[in-house]
Amino acid sequence: MNDSGPGPAKVEISFAVNGETKTVRSYPMERLLDVLRRDLGLTGAKEGCGEGECGSCAVLMDGMLVNSCLVPVLQAEASSIVTIEGLSDGETLHILQQAFIDCGGAQCGICSPGMILAASHLLNQNADPTVEEIREGLAGNLCRCTGYSQIVEAVAEAARRRTSA
Amino acid sequence: MNSERIVGRSVPRKEGRDKVTGRSKYVDDMVLPNMLFGATVRSQIPRGRINKITFGPGIAWDEFVIVSAKDIPGKNCIALIGDDQPCLANEFVNHPEEPILLLAHPDRHLLPKAVEAVSIECEALPAIFNIEESECRSEVIWGENNIFKTYLIEKGDIDGVWSKADFIVEGEYTTGAQEQLYIENNGMIAAFDGAQGLTVWGSLQCPYYIHKALIGLCNLPAEKVRVVQMETGGAFGGKEEYPSMIAAHAALLAMKSGRPVKLIYDRMEDMAATTKRHPSRTRHRTAVTRDGKILGGEIESTIDGGAYLTLSPVVLSRGAIHAGGPYHWPNVRIRATAVATNAPPHGAFRGFGAPQSLFAMERHMDRIAEATGLSPIEIRRRNFLRTGDTTTTEQVVREPIDLGKLLDRGLEISDYHSKKKRFAIQNKGGDTRKGMGIATFLHGAGFTGSGERYLSSVVGVEGCADGSVRVLVSSTEFGQGTKTVLSQIAAEALGLPYDSVSMGQADTLEVPNSGPTVASRTVMVVGKLVQSAALGIKQTLISSGLLSEAYSADEFRAACRRYVSEHHQFRSWSRYEAPADIFWDDEKYRGEAYAAFAWAVYIAEVTVDLTTFSVSIDDFVALQEVGKVLHPLLATGQIIGGVAQAIGFCLYEKVVWQNGRMQNNQMTNYIMPTSSDLPAIRVFFEELGNVYGAYGAKGIGELPMDGPAPAIVNAVSDALGVHFDSVPLLPEDIMDKLDSARLAVAAEEADVGGGR
Repeated sequence: MNDSGPGPAKVEISFAVNGETKTVRSYPMERLLDVLRRDLGLTGAKEGCGEGECGSCAVLMDGMLVNSCLVPVLQAEASSIVTIEGLSDGETLHILQQAFIDCGGAQCGICSPGMILAASHLLNQNADPTVEEIREGLAGNLCRCTGYSQIVEAVAEAARRRTSA
Repeated sequence: MNSERIVGRSVPRKEGRDKVTGRSKYVDDMVLPNMLFGATVRSQIPRGRINKITFGPGIAWDEFVIVSAKDIPGKNCIALIGDDQPCLANEFVNHPEEPILLLAHPDRHLLPKAVEAVSIECEALPAIFNIEESECRSEVIWGENNIFKTYLIEKGDIDGVWSKADFIVEGEYTTGAQEQLYIENNGMIAAFDGAQGLTVWGSLQCPYYIHKALIGLCNLPAEKVRVVQMETGGAFGGKEEYPSMIAAHAALLAMKSGRPVKLIYDRMEDMAATTKRHPSRTRHRTAVTRDGKILGGEIESTIDGGAYLTLSPVVLSRGAIHAGGPYHWPNVRIRATAVATNAPPHGAFRGFGAPQSLFAMERHMDRIAEATGLSPIEIRRRNFLRTGDTTTTEQVVREPIDLGKLLDRGLEISDYHSKKKRFAIQNKGGDTRKGMGIATFLHGAGFTGSGERYLSSVVGVEGCADGSVRVLVSSTEFGQGTKTVLSQIAAEALGLPYDSVSMGQADTLEVPNSGPTVASRTVMVVGKLVQSAALGIKQTLISSGLLSEAYSADEFRAACRRYVSEHHQFRSWSRYEAPADIFWDDEKYRGEAYAAFAWAVYIAEVTVDLTTFSVSIDDFVALQEVGKVLHPLLATGQIIGGVAQAIGFCLYEKVVWQNGRMQNNQMTNYIMPTSSDLPAIRVFFEELGNVYGAYGAKGIGELPMDGPAPAIVNAVSDALGVHFDSVPLLPEDIMDKLDSARLAVAAEEADVGGGR
């Protein structure tokens, strides 16, 4: 699963991560996930399956939710990426992060970064989703601890707080 | 003193902020200078003798660190209950994922090709792959008879009941393997130096299990082995015993190379090689009177333990003790057996044998209902354990549990009766069928029998230099809320705000052995010790004259600071002592099996699609008595999560085996429920309390794994009017069964038509 190594020679690739421009030297087919974690020290994105099933490695790329284990880093050239580390505003948590704490949306925490980014993508598309829309919208992110109910409540709660803010 | 109670409130999860911001450090997030990456070369055959190992061409082998069994400084075994499981196979392999060699290299990318380039020539020996093959003993692969362990539980005179029975009801029920599927794969990092010894960091449940395994394997004194838990991304029992194997492998590579070694499994390796839930087969034969009273029964429960002993004896024990469910058996004989097969060892998984035997019991109750012409509700009601009754191990039920009342409440919440009536009409037409199913059950909290006595857990509470308090336990957090609830208990005991209590890291250098984090024991058993150790801190401050009986949080902090400045260190310890009124006879398997049982009524409402044969759960009511709920949000989360995992066990998750090897070891083809597959699971609590648990708490973590599978299969059987006796129950299984039922009906009609 980790065998994206040598092939074509390393190249320079630049993209923005959490608002900062980064340039890395990587094999073009190396996984974005590995570049984020190893080269940029952004370990919030996790590897759960390495084949795009679990969504733990999800990040936002130009506003789209992608599984970073399936994205060759070359494809990230000139893009703008947001990881879980870039979601909060310094010490002020994003409304979703706070709602996850308040509603019990994070248990072991391994799916939380991807899940919260998936939820933020969902709320960006649909500011006031129904429970069914939330369940459908998060179906690409697996959680083994919560049975999802408290995650769904957290997303609904965040949507409520955002509209009433 | 703070008069507002902290237990019973949903305070924020201790490590919640780190988890939602991505700051929590899991083992794969950790990097050490000069670190190598490790990989494991495994057997490719289920059973055989290793003849020759060849290192193939095209690999710069001199760059690799290579470890084999001969590099093991101590005893080549992963010490647990027995010592039959080697750390690295030397001469024989007994399952297809058995580790043989270890490799390490600075470049992670080069490892998969190197693993592939190692060829292991074996002389294959005949292998066995299921309970039946193991029982017939055409091949003996373990001990003298393939049997890891047997238990016999006997009560009353079972042989005398059959002649008095109006009905004798028989049934056979099976359950499949299940993968824990924590989202964080297993992994360890090990570092070794001559002066400090060996340190491992990892994803794990039981630091002291690993500590014990490494001491013997590496031939090091206890103080030269240190085990540190990193943030752990789910476990469910799957990080109870196998982490000792991975820690051992990382340690051997680190000792040989002199460099830190990271050994992280990818998903395919984790699913194939690590433990899963024991497959099981349970047979019931029950004597019942016309009015639905159970006179007695024989229960025969067998689990497939895989190739080595590991934890099978204790899984078996819990399964056997739970096999009679929450019912009164005047006479019973329970025979339980764990057998060996050439599959990777099966192991701990939430519920630990109980989901298997309770599935059988609760399906069988519906069979008994049918045989006697009573409803599934009435048959249960007439046989419930009541206060003063004895369980199958002759444990007297002392608590004032009223299961009939609990059942009534469940029926009301689920609107059971009116739905049953409505479905009876609806089910006459259309292309879907609806059904309702019930499971009533119990789950014992803490180690079985004398287990807690043997564990003799120790907990520490420390007064710190800044006046705050720190809880010292080896009990680990892996999502359940250990850190949060144990902090609440300490804060409550000391009358301090929740924020003034912190948790020490589960690091064997820093914390005492509070036992493994398993068996729904952490809040009830360890929590009680935290409470008493915390009270020790308070007593010391009061008796040393630094604090009066009534104090404010500020006064406590000032007193604590002063005590630490005068005495350098301020720690209070508490060791488990078995309550005087709890007795267990290991020989006869009789007595107080558990200090407390949690009790539950689960009710499922399902729709079966007659075109696709898929089952959807329309409503799920989980009602349980779990003593006092110390943290409603976490407790609810535990129940919903457990129910979801059990829905997977029941309707989705099928391990496909071929010659002892899991074939569908990927998340793409081993299907766990997603958010869109699950209903809103409705959770309700009764709170009777429990004198043996911290602030009245009982264990809760495993209970929700037990009930959903039988409740759902009972509902599917109700919807279709056909009995299903196995899980997982996939659409194709339903289709096959309905087809054969139709064929049987057609054949009968043809016979009748033939003028018989």
